[in-house]
Amino acid sequence: MSAPISESPLASCHAALGARMIPFAGWNLPVEYTGLLAEHKATRQAAGLFDISHMGQIRVRGSGALAALESLLANDPAKLQDGEGHYSFLTNEKGGVLDDLYVYRLGSEDFLLVVNASRHREDLQTLIQAGHPNVKFLGEPGESAGLALQGPKSERILSRLLPEGTILPAKNHLIQTKIQGMTAWVARTGYTGEDGFEIFSDTESGTKIWNAILEAGKTDGLLPCGLGSRDSLRLESGFPLHGQDLSPEITPLEAGLGFFVDLSRPRPFPGRAQLEKAKKEGVSRSSIGLVGQPNQPPPRHGYPVFSGGKQIGVVTSGVPSPTLGHGIALALVTTPAPGCGQDLEFEVRGRRIPAKVSPRRFLSKK
Amino acid sequence: MNTPNDLLYAKSHEWLRLEKDGATVGITDHAQSALSDVVFVELPKTGRKVKAGEVVATVESVKAASDIYAPVAGEITAVNAALPNDPGMINREPYGQGWLFRIQPEQPNPTGLLSASDYTATLTR
Repeated sequence: MSAPISESPLASCHAALGARMIPFAGWNLPVEYTGLLAEHKATRQAAGLFDISHMGQIRVRGSGALAALESLLANDPAKLQDGEGHYSFLTNEKGGVLDDLYVYRLGSEDFLLVVNASRHREDLQTLIQAGHPNVKFLGEPGESAGLALQGPKSERILSRLLPEGTILPAKNHLIQTKIQGMTAWVARTGYTGEDGFEIFSDTESGTKIWNAILEAGKTDGLLPCGLGSRDSLRLESGFPLHGQDLSPEITPLEAGLGFFVDLSRPRPFPGRAQLEKAKKEGVSRSSIGLVGQPNQPPPRHGYPVFSGGKQIGVVTSGVPSPTLGHGIALALVTTPAPGCGQDLEFEVRGRRIPAKVSPRRFLSKK
Repeated sequence: MNTPNDLLYAKSHEWLRLEKDGATVGITDHAQSALSDVVFVELPKTGRKVKAGEVVATVESVKAASDIYAPVAGEITAVNAALPNDPGMINREPYGQGWLFRIQPEQPNPTGLLSASDYTATLTR
Protein backbone atom coordinates (compact mmCIF):
# COMPACT_ATOMS: atom_id res chain seq x y z
CA MET A 1 0.00 0.00 0.00
CA SER A 2 1.57 3.26 -1.01
CA ALA A 3 -0.24 6.51 -0.37
CA PRO A 4 0.64 9.62 -2.36
CA ILE A 5 3.44 11.67 -0.83
CA SER A 6 2.37 15.01 0.62
CA GLU A 7 4.49 18.11 0.31
CA SER A 8 4.88 20.38 3.33
CA PRO A 9 3.42 23.87 2.96
CA LEU A 10 7.02 24.96 3.55
CA ALA A 11 8.38 22.86 0.66
CA SER A 12 9.62 25.94 -1.22
CA CYS A 13 11.58 27.07 1.87
CA HIS A 14 13.29 23.69 2.11
CA ALA A 15 14.15 23.72 -1.58
CA ALA A 16 15.60 27.23 -1.29
CA LEU A 17 17.80 26.05 1.60
CA GLY A 18 19.02 23.01 -0.35
CA ALA A 19 17.63 20.53 2.18
CA ARG A 20 18.06 16.82 1.70
CA MET A 21 14.52 15.44 1.58
CA ILE A 22 13.26 12.00 2.61
CA PRO A 23 9.85 10.34 2.76
CA PHE A 24 8.47 10.20 6.32
CA ALA A 25 4.98 9.05 7.35
CA GLY A 26 3.58 9.91 3.91
CA TRP A 27 5.35 13.28 3.71
CA ASN A 28 8.36 14.51 1.81
CA LEU A 29 10.37 16.18 4.57
CA PRO A 30 13.85 17.64 5.17
CA VAL A 31 16.17 15.25 7.00
CA GLU A 32 19.02 17.76 7.14
CA TYR A 33 20.22 21.09 5.74
CA THR A 34 23.76 21.91 6.87
CA GLY A 35 24.33 18.52 8.52
CA LEU A 36 22.80 16.60 11.38
CA LEU A 37 25.60 17.20 13.89
CA ALA A 38 25.73 20.95 13.24
CA GLU A 39 21.94 21.19 13.54
CA HIS A 40 21.90 19.15 16.74
CA LYS A 41 24.58 21.34 18.27
CA ALA A 42 22.91 24.58 17.18
CA THR A 43 19.70 23.53 18.93
CA ARG A 44 21.52 22.64 22.17
CA GLN A 45 23.68 25.79 22.19
CA ALA A 46 21.71 28.44 20.29
CA ALA A 47 18.52 27.63 18.40
CA GLY A 48 17.10 25.35 15.73
CA LEU A 49 14.03 25.84 13.53
CA PHE A 50 12.06 22.73 12.54
CA ASP A 51 9.19 22.29 10.10
CA ILE A 52 6.57 20.27 11.97
CA SER A 53 3.75 20.88 9.50
CA HIS A 54 3.42 17.12 9.08
CA MET A 55 2.25 16.85 12.70
CA GLY A 56 -1.53 16.65 12.69
CA GLN A 57 -3.44 19.60 14.08
CA ILE A 58 -6.95 18.58 15.10
CA ARG A 59 -9.28 21.27 16.40
CA VAL A 60 -11.95 19.99 18.77
CA ARG A 61 -14.89 22.36 19.07
CA GLY A 62 -18.36 22.47 20.54
CA SER A 63 -20.25 22.31 23.82
CA GLY A 64 -19.43 18.58 23.97
CA ALA A 65 -15.70 19.01 23.29
CA LEU A 66 -14.45 18.59 26.84
CA ALA A 67 -16.74 15.66 27.62
CA ALA A 68 -15.62 13.89 24.42
CA LEU A 69 -11.93 14.38 25.17
CA GLU A 70 -12.38 13.34 28.81
CA SER A 71 -13.74 10.00 27.71
CA LEU A 72 -11.07 9.42 25.04
CA LEU A 73 -7.77 10.65 26.49
CA ALA A 74 -5.66 9.05 29.22
CA ASN A 75 -4.64 12.32 30.87
CA ASP A 76 -7.54 14.41 32.16
CA PRO A 77 -8.19 17.43 29.90
CA ALA A 78 -10.56 18.82 32.57
CA LYS A 79 -7.43 19.77 34.51
CA LEU A 80 -6.42 22.27 31.83
CA GLN A 81 -7.04 25.99 32.07
CA ASP A 82 -7.56 28.20 29.03
CA GLY A 83 -4.17 28.60 27.34
CA GLU A 84 -2.70 25.50 28.92
CA GLY A 85 -1.63 22.19 27.38
CA HIS A 86 -0.38 18.80 28.43
CA TYR A 87 0.92 15.51 27.08
CA SER A 88 -1.65 12.74 26.73
CA PHE A 89 -2.53 9.49 25.01
CA LEU A 90 -5.28 8.13 22.83
CA THR A 91 -5.52 4.56 24.09
CA ASN A 92 -7.19 1.37 22.86
CA GLU A 93 -9.23 -1.10 24.93
CA LYS A 94 -6.03 -2.88 26.00
CA GLY A 95 -4.53 0.36 27.25
CA GLY A 96 -2.11 0.38 24.30
CA VAL A 97 -1.14 3.72 22.77
CA LEU A 98 -2.98 4.53 19.54
CA ASP A 99 -1.17 7.85 19.58
CA ASP A 100 0.70 10.15 21.93
CA LEU A 101 -0.25 13.79 21.57
CA TYR A 102 -0.41 17.24 23.04
CA VAL A 103 -3.79 18.69 23.93
CA TYR A 104 -4.19 22.44 24.40
CA ARG A 105 -7.24 24.18 25.78
CA LEU A 106 -7.79 27.26 23.64
CA GLY A 107 -11.16 28.00 25.24
CA SER A 108 -13.88 26.20 27.21
CA GLU A 109 -15.34 24.69 24.02
CA ASP A 110 -12.23 24.77 21.86
CA PHE A 111 -9.23 22.43 22.07
CA LEU A 112 -6.24 21.75 19.81
CA LEU A 113 -4.71 18.29 19.53
CA VAL A 114 -1.24 17.98 18.00
CA VAL A 115 -0.76 14.39 16.89
CA ASN A 116 1.76 12.26 15.02
CA ALA A 117 1.77 12.51 11.23
CA SER A 118 1.62 8.73 10.92
CA ARG A 119 -1.54 8.57 13.08
CA HIS A 120 -3.39 11.71 11.99
CA ARG A 121 -6.09 10.10 9.83
CA GLU A 122 -6.57 7.15 12.20
CA ASP A 123 -6.89 9.54 15.14
CA LEU A 124 -9.56 11.55 13.34
CA GLN A 125 -11.45 8.33 12.66
CA THR A 126 -11.14 7.17 16.27
CA LEU A 127 -12.35 10.52 17.57
CA ILE A 128 -15.27 10.81 15.17
CA GLN A 129 -16.34 7.17 15.49
CA ALA A 130 -16.57 7.49 19.27
CA GLY A 131 -19.86 9.26 18.43
CA HIS A 132 -19.87 11.97 21.08
CA PRO A 133 -22.58 14.62 20.72
CA ASN A 134 -22.09 18.35 20.16
CA VAL A 135 -18.46 18.17 19.10
CA LYS A 136 -16.61 18.60 15.81
CA PHE A 137 -13.14 17.32 14.99
CA LEU A 138 -11.53 19.45 12.29
CA GLY A 139 -8.20 19.43 10.53
CA GLU A 140 -7.03 17.16 7.73
CA PRO A 141 -3.35 16.61 6.87
CA GLY A 142 -1.83 19.56 5.02
CA GLU A 143 -4.37 22.15 6.13
CA SER A 144 -2.09 23.98 8.55
CA ALA A 145 1.54 24.81 9.20
CA GLY A 146 3.60 24.03 12.27
CA LEU A 147 7.08 25.21 13.25
CA ALA A 148 9.24 24.41 16.24
CA LEU A 149 11.78 26.97 17.40
CA GLN A 150 13.94 25.20 19.97
CA GLY A 151 17.04 26.04 21.95
CA PRO A 152 18.28 28.42 24.65
CA LYS A 153 18.11 31.46 22.36
CA SER A 154 14.54 30.79 21.17
CA GLU A 155 12.89 33.36 23.42
CA ARG A 156 15.29 36.12 22.41
CA ILE A 157 14.80 35.37 18.70
CA LEU A 158 11.02 35.05 18.78
CA SER A 159 10.59 38.20 20.90
CA ARG A 160 12.02 40.31 18.08
CA LEU A 161 9.07 39.36 15.88
CA LEU A 162 6.24 39.88 18.37
CA PRO A 163 4.23 43.01 19.14
CA GLU A 164 5.86 45.24 21.73
CA GLY A 165 4.99 44.12 25.27
CA THR A 166 3.91 40.57 24.35
CA ILE A 167 4.24 38.25 27.33
CA LEU A 168 5.40 34.87 26.13
CA PRO A 169 3.63 31.81 27.53
CA ALA A 170 5.11 29.74 30.38
CA LYS A 171 6.12 26.10 29.80
CA ASN A 172 3.15 24.02 28.57
CA HIS A 173 1.06 27.12 27.91
CA LEU A 174 0.12 28.88 24.71
CA ILE A 175 -1.04 32.25 23.49
CA GLN A 176 -2.51 33.56 20.29
CA THR A 177 -0.42 36.40 18.96
CA LYS A 178 0.87 38.00 15.80
CA ILE A 179 4.30 37.17 14.45
CA GLN A 180 5.24 40.06 12.18
CA GLY A 181 1.55 40.64 11.70
CA MET A 182 0.59 37.02 11.03
CA THR A 183 -1.78 35.34 13.46
CA ALA A 184 -0.44 32.21 15.14
CA TRP A 185 -0.76 30.09 18.24
CA VAL A 186 2.53 30.04 20.11
CA ALA A 187 3.03 27.22 22.63
CA ARG A 188 6.01 26.80 24.93
CA THR A 189 6.49 23.13 24.17
CA GLY A 190 8.82 20.99 22.11
CA TYR A 191 10.49 17.67 21.44
CA THR A 192 14.15 18.50 22.04
CA GLY A 193 14.47 18.97 25.81
CA GLU A 194 15.41 22.61 25.28
CA ASP A 195 13.38 25.71 26.01
CA GLY A 196 11.44 26.66 22.93
CA PHE A 197 8.19 27.18 21.12
CA GLU A 198 5.85 25.42 18.76
CA ILE A 199 4.03 27.74 16.40
CA PHE A 200 0.78 26.81 14.70
CA SER A 201 -0.70 28.83 11.86
CA ASP A 202 -2.35 28.65 8.46
CA THR A 203 -0.14 27.38 5.66
CA GLU A 204 0.48 30.74 4.00
CA SER A 205 1.54 32.41 7.25
CA GLY A 206 3.72 29.38 8.03
CA THR A 207 6.07 30.12 5.14
CA LYS A 208 6.35 33.79 6.10
CA ILE A 209 6.92 33.01 9.78
CA TRP A 210 9.58 30.44 8.86
CA ASN A 211 11.50 32.99 6.81
CA ALA A 212 11.07 35.70 9.44
CA ILE A 213 12.45 33.49 12.23
CA LEU A 214 15.39 32.30 10.09
CA GLU A 215 16.29 35.91 9.40
CA ALA A 216 15.77 37.07 12.99
CA GLY A 217 17.92 34.24 14.38
CA LYS A 218 20.84 34.49 11.96
CA THR A 219 23.06 36.50 14.28
CA ASP A 220 22.34 34.11 17.16
CA GLY A 221 23.51 30.97 15.36
CA LEU A 222 20.04 29.63 14.56
CA LEU A 223 20.01 26.85 11.97
CA PRO A 224 17.14 25.23 10.08
CA CYS A 225 16.99 21.64 11.37
CA GLY A 226 15.71 18.42 9.81
CA LEU A 227 14.20 15.18 11.00
CA GLY A 228 17.67 13.73 11.64
CA SER A 229 18.54 16.07 14.48
CA ARG A 230 14.93 16.10 15.65
CA ASP A 231 15.32 12.38 16.36
CA SER A 232 18.75 12.55 18.05
CA LEU A 233 17.62 15.54 20.16
CA ARG A 234 14.42 13.90 21.36
CA LEU A 235 16.17 10.66 22.25
CA GLU A 236 18.88 12.42 24.29
CA SER A 237 16.00 13.87 26.31
CA GLY A 238 14.32 10.48 26.62
CA PHE A 239 11.19 11.44 24.68
CA PRO A 240 9.38 8.49 23.05
CA LEU A 241 8.63 8.12 19.35
CA HIS A 242 5.32 6.52 18.43
CA GLY A 243 5.84 3.44 16.27
CA GLN A 244 9.04 2.61 18.15
CA ASP A 245 8.87 3.32 21.89
CA LEU A 246 5.07 3.50 21.94
CA SER A 247 2.52 1.57 19.91
CA PRO A 248 -0.96 0.07 20.16
CA GLU A 249 0.84 -2.94 21.70
CA ILE A 250 2.72 -0.90 24.33
CA THR A 251 0.94 0.82 27.22
CA PRO A 252 2.04 4.15 28.74
CA LEU A 253 2.82 2.30 31.98
CA GLU A 254 5.19 -0.08 30.19
CA ALA A 255 6.81 2.90 28.46
CA GLY A 256 7.43 4.51 31.86
CA LEU A 257 4.95 7.32 31.14
CA GLY A 258 2.36 6.50 33.82
CA PHE A 259 2.68 10.08 35.07
CA PHE A 260 0.61 11.17 32.08
CA VAL A 261 -2.21 8.70 32.77
CA ASP A 262 -4.79 10.05 35.20
CA LEU A 263 -6.52 7.15 36.96
CA SER A 264 -7.87 9.32 39.78
CA ARG A 265 -10.77 10.86 37.88
CA PRO A 266 -14.25 9.34 37.73
CA ARG A 267 -14.75 9.19 33.94
CA PRO A 268 -13.67 6.06 32.05
CA PHE A 269 -11.51 6.13 28.92
CA PRO A 270 -10.53 3.26 26.62
CA GLY A 271 -8.31 0.72 28.37
CA ARG A 272 -8.70 2.35 31.77
CA ALA A 273 -9.59 -0.93 33.55
CA GLN A 274 -6.56 -2.66 32.01
CA LEU A 275 -4.28 0.18 33.03
CA GLU A 276 -5.66 0.17 36.59
CA LYS A 277 -5.08 -3.56 36.80
CA ALA A 278 -1.55 -3.20 35.44
CA LYS A 279 -0.81 -0.42 37.88
CA LYS A 280 -1.97 -2.57 40.82
CA GLU A 281 -0.37 -5.84 39.70
CA GLY A 282 2.69 -4.45 37.97
CA VAL A 283 3.70 -4.51 34.31
CA SER A 284 5.42 -7.43 32.61
CA ARG A 285 7.61 -5.18 30.44
CA SER A 286 9.26 -1.89 31.18
CA SER A 287 11.16 0.76 29.24
CA ILE A 288 14.71 1.45 30.44
CA GLY A 289 17.55 3.70 29.32
CA LEU A 290 20.80 2.20 28.03
CA VAL A 291 24.15 3.90 27.57
CA GLY A 292 26.95 2.44 25.49
CA GLN A 293 30.60 3.40 25.35
CA PRO A 294 32.64 5.66 23.06
CA ASN A 295 34.24 3.84 20.12
CA GLN A 296 31.69 1.04 20.27
CA PRO A 297 28.87 0.57 17.76
CA PRO A 298 25.73 2.42 18.91
CA PRO A 299 22.52 0.60 19.84
CA ARG A 300 19.72 0.96 17.30
CA HIS A 301 16.03 0.16 16.93
CA GLY A 302 15.42 -3.59 16.95
CA TYR A 303 18.71 -4.75 18.47
CA PRO A 304 18.25 -7.50 21.08
CA VAL A 305 19.21 -6.73 24.71
CA PHE A 306 20.83 -9.29 27.02
CA SER A 307 21.39 -9.66 30.74
CA GLY A 308 23.81 -12.36 31.86
CA GLY A 309 23.65 -13.98 28.42
CA LYS A 310 19.85 -14.19 28.36
CA GLN A 311 17.77 -11.98 26.08
CA ILE A 312 15.52 -9.73 28.17
CA GLY A 313 14.22 -7.34 25.55
CA VAL A 314 14.85 -5.19 22.55
CA VAL A 315 16.05 -1.66 21.74
CA THR A 316 13.07 0.49 20.73
CA SER A 317 15.12 3.61 19.81
CA GLY A 318 18.89 4.04 19.71
CA VAL A 319 21.37 6.55 18.39
CA PRO A 320 24.99 7.62 18.81
CA SER A 321 24.42 10.66 21.03
CA PRO A 322 26.02 13.75 19.46
CA THR A 323 26.19 15.51 22.83
CA LEU A 324 27.51 12.60 24.91
CA GLY A 325 29.74 10.91 22.32
CA HIS A 326 28.45 7.39 22.97
CA GLY A 327 25.40 5.33 22.14
CA ILE A 328 22.11 5.82 23.99
CA ALA A 329 18.90 3.83 23.70
CA LEU A 330 15.47 3.14 25.05
CA ALA A 331 14.82 -0.58 25.44
CA LEU A 332 11.69 -2.51 26.34
CA VAL A 333 12.68 -5.34 28.71
CA THR A 334 10.89 -7.93 30.81
CA THR A 335 10.31 -7.11 34.48
CA PRO A 336 11.78 -7.01 37.02
CA ALA A 337 13.80 -4.55 34.96
CA PRO A 338 17.48 -4.16 35.82
CA GLY A 339 18.27 -1.07 37.87
CA CYS A 340 20.38 1.95 36.95
CA GLY A 341 24.06 1.18 36.67
CA GLN A 342 23.55 -2.52 35.98
CA ASP A 343 25.62 -4.06 33.16
CA LEU A 344 23.76 -5.33 30.11
CA GLU A 345 24.67 -6.11 26.53
CA PHE A 346 23.08 -5.47 23.17
CA GLU A 347 23.79 -7.37 19.99
CA VAL A 348 25.16 -5.66 16.89
CA ARG A 349 25.99 -7.69 13.79
CA GLY A 350 26.38 -10.86 15.84
CA ARG A 351 28.58 -9.24 18.51
CA ARG A 352 27.60 -8.46 22.11
CA ILE A 353 28.40 -4.87 23.09
CA PRO A 354 28.46 -3.76 26.74
CA ALA A 355 25.97 -1.17 27.99
CA LYS A 356 24.74 0.15 31.31
CA VAL A 357 21.23 0.85 32.47
CA SER A 358 20.68 4.60 32.79
CA PRO A 359 17.87 7.04 33.52
CA ARG A 360 15.80 7.49 30.37
CA ARG A 361 16.54 11.18 30.31
CA PHE A 362 20.14 10.94 29.11
CA LEU A 363 21.02 14.60 29.41
CA SER A 364 20.82 16.02 32.90
CA LYS A 365 18.12 18.62 33.38
CA LYS A 366 19.26 22.21 33.15
CA MET B 1 29.67 15.08 -6.60
CA ASN B 2 33.31 14.27 -7.05
CA THR B 3 33.97 10.99 -8.93
CA PRO B 4 37.66 10.67 -9.90
CA ASN B 5 38.32 9.10 -13.29
CA ASP B 6 41.24 6.94 -12.18
CA LEU B 7 39.15 4.75 -9.84
CA LEU B 8 36.83 1.80 -10.30
CA TYR B 9 33.41 1.81 -8.64
CA ALA B 10 30.88 -0.66 -7.26
CA LYS B 11 27.15 -0.03 -7.58
CA SER B 12 27.05 -0.25 -3.78
CA HIS B 13 29.12 3.00 -3.66
CA GLU B 14 32.62 1.73 -2.85
CA TRP B 15 35.63 2.83 -4.88
CA LEU B 16 38.72 0.74 -5.68
CA ARG B 17 42.12 2.12 -6.57
CA LEU B 18 44.34 -0.47 -8.27
CA GLU B 19 47.98 -0.13 -7.27
CA LYS B 20 51.16 -2.04 -8.01
CA ASP B 21 50.98 -4.06 -4.82
CA GLY B 22 47.23 -4.43 -4.29
CA ALA B 23 44.29 -2.06 -4.09
CA THR B 24 42.77 0.51 -1.75
CA VAL B 25 39.02 0.74 -1.00
CA GLY B 26 36.85 3.53 0.31
CA ILE B 27 33.35 4.94 -0.13
CA THR B 28 32.40 7.48 -2.75
CA ASP B 29 31.70 11.16 -2.27
CA HIS B 30 28.06 10.42 -3.06
CA ALA B 31 27.95 7.76 -0.32
CA GLN B 32 29.56 9.91 2.35
CA SER B 33 27.22 12.76 1.51
CA ALA B 34 24.14 10.54 1.68
CA LEU B 35 25.27 9.09 5.02
CA SER B 36 26.11 12.52 6.43
CA ASP B 37 28.40 12.86 9.46
CA VAL B 38 30.10 9.50 10.05
CA VAL B 39 30.51 8.85 13.78
CA PHE B 40 31.58 5.20 13.95
CA VAL B 41 33.51 2.82 11.69
CA GLU B 42 33.97 -0.92 12.03
CA LEU B 43 36.81 -2.28 9.89
CA PRO B 44 37.71 -5.87 8.94
CA LYS B 45 40.62 -7.82 10.42
CA THR B 46 43.73 -7.93 8.28
CA GLY B 47 44.32 -11.35 6.76
CA ARG B 48 40.61 -11.96 6.26
CA LYS B 49 39.75 -13.49 2.89
CA VAL B 50 36.61 -12.03 1.36
CA LYS B 51 34.37 -12.66 -1.62
CA ALA B 52 33.23 -9.89 -3.92
CA GLY B 53 30.02 -8.41 -2.51
CA GLU B 54 30.67 -9.69 1.03
CA VAL B 55 29.99 -7.30 3.93
CA VAL B 56 33.43 -6.31 5.23
CA ALA B 57 32.92 -3.10 7.17
CA THR B 58 30.23 -0.89 8.65
CA VAL B 59 30.03 2.87 8.58
CA GLU B 60 27.59 4.53 10.96
CA SER B 61 26.21 8.04 10.96
CA VAL B 62 23.86 9.36 13.63
CA LYS B 63 20.95 8.30 11.43
CA ALA B 64 21.90 4.78 10.39
CA ALA B 65 24.40 1.96 10.03
CA SER B 66 25.50 1.15 6.46
CA ASP B 67 27.20 -2.01 5.31
CA ILE B 68 30.32 -1.72 3.19
CA TYR B 69 30.88 -4.49 0.62
CA ALA B 70 34.14 -5.84 -0.77
CA PRO B 71 34.25 -4.60 -4.38
CA VAL B 72 36.47 -7.57 -5.35
CA ALA B 73 37.46 -10.96 -3.92
CA GLY B 74 40.77 -11.01 -2.11
CA GLU B 75 42.60 -10.73 1.17
CA ILE B 76 42.45 -7.71 3.49
CA THR B 77 46.05 -6.53 3.91
CA ALA B 78 45.62 -3.32 5.92
CA VAL B 79 42.97 -1.08 7.48
CA ASN B 80 42.97 2.66 8.03
CA ALA B 81 43.87 2.75 11.73
CA ALA B 82 43.26 6.52 11.95
CA LEU B 83 39.55 6.21 11.18
CA PRO B 84 38.18 4.95 14.52
CA ASN B 85 39.47 8.10 16.22
CA ASP B 86 38.45 10.42 13.39
CA PRO B 87 35.59 8.84 11.42
CA GLY B 88 34.68 12.27 10.04
CA MET B 89 37.72 11.88 7.76
CA ILE B 90 35.43 9.78 5.54
CA ASN B 91 33.26 12.86 4.99
CA ARG B 92 36.14 15.26 4.52
CA GLU B 93 38.39 13.16 2.28
CA PRO B 94 36.46 10.17 0.94
CA TYR B 95 39.10 9.45 -1.73
CA GLY B 96 42.14 10.36 0.39
CA GLN B 97 42.75 10.09 4.13
CA GLY B 98 39.26 8.62 4.51
CA TRP B 99 40.13 5.31 2.82
CA LEU B 100 38.83 2.18 4.61
CA PHE B 101 41.08 -0.79 3.86
CA ARG B 102 43.59 -2.30 1.44
CA ILE B 103 42.93 -5.55 -0.34
CA GLN B 104 45.06 -7.96 -2.39
CA PRO B 105 42.66 -8.87 -5.22
CA GLU B 106 42.45 -12.53 -6.28
CA GLN B 107 42.23 -11.47 -9.92
CA PRO B 108 44.71 -8.96 -11.30
CA ASN B 109 41.98 -7.49 -13.54
CA PRO B 110 38.80 -7.29 -11.49
CA THR B 111 35.50 -7.58 -13.34
CA GLY B 112 32.04 -6.29 -12.58
CA LEU B 113 33.14 -2.81 -11.54
CA LEU B 114 32.15 0.47 -13.14
CA SER B 115 34.08 3.36 -14.63
CA ALA B 116 33.60 6.82 -13.15
CA SER B 117 31.13 7.81 -15.88
CA ASP B 118 29.14 4.56 -15.61
CA TYR B 119 28.98 4.94 -11.82
CA THR B 120 27.85 8.56 -12.12
CA ALA B 121 25.13 7.40 -14.49
CA THR B 122 23.76 5.02 -11.82
CA LEU B 123 23.32 7.99 -9.46
CA THR B 124 21.14 10.01 -11.77
CA ARG B 125 18.73 7.23 -12.71
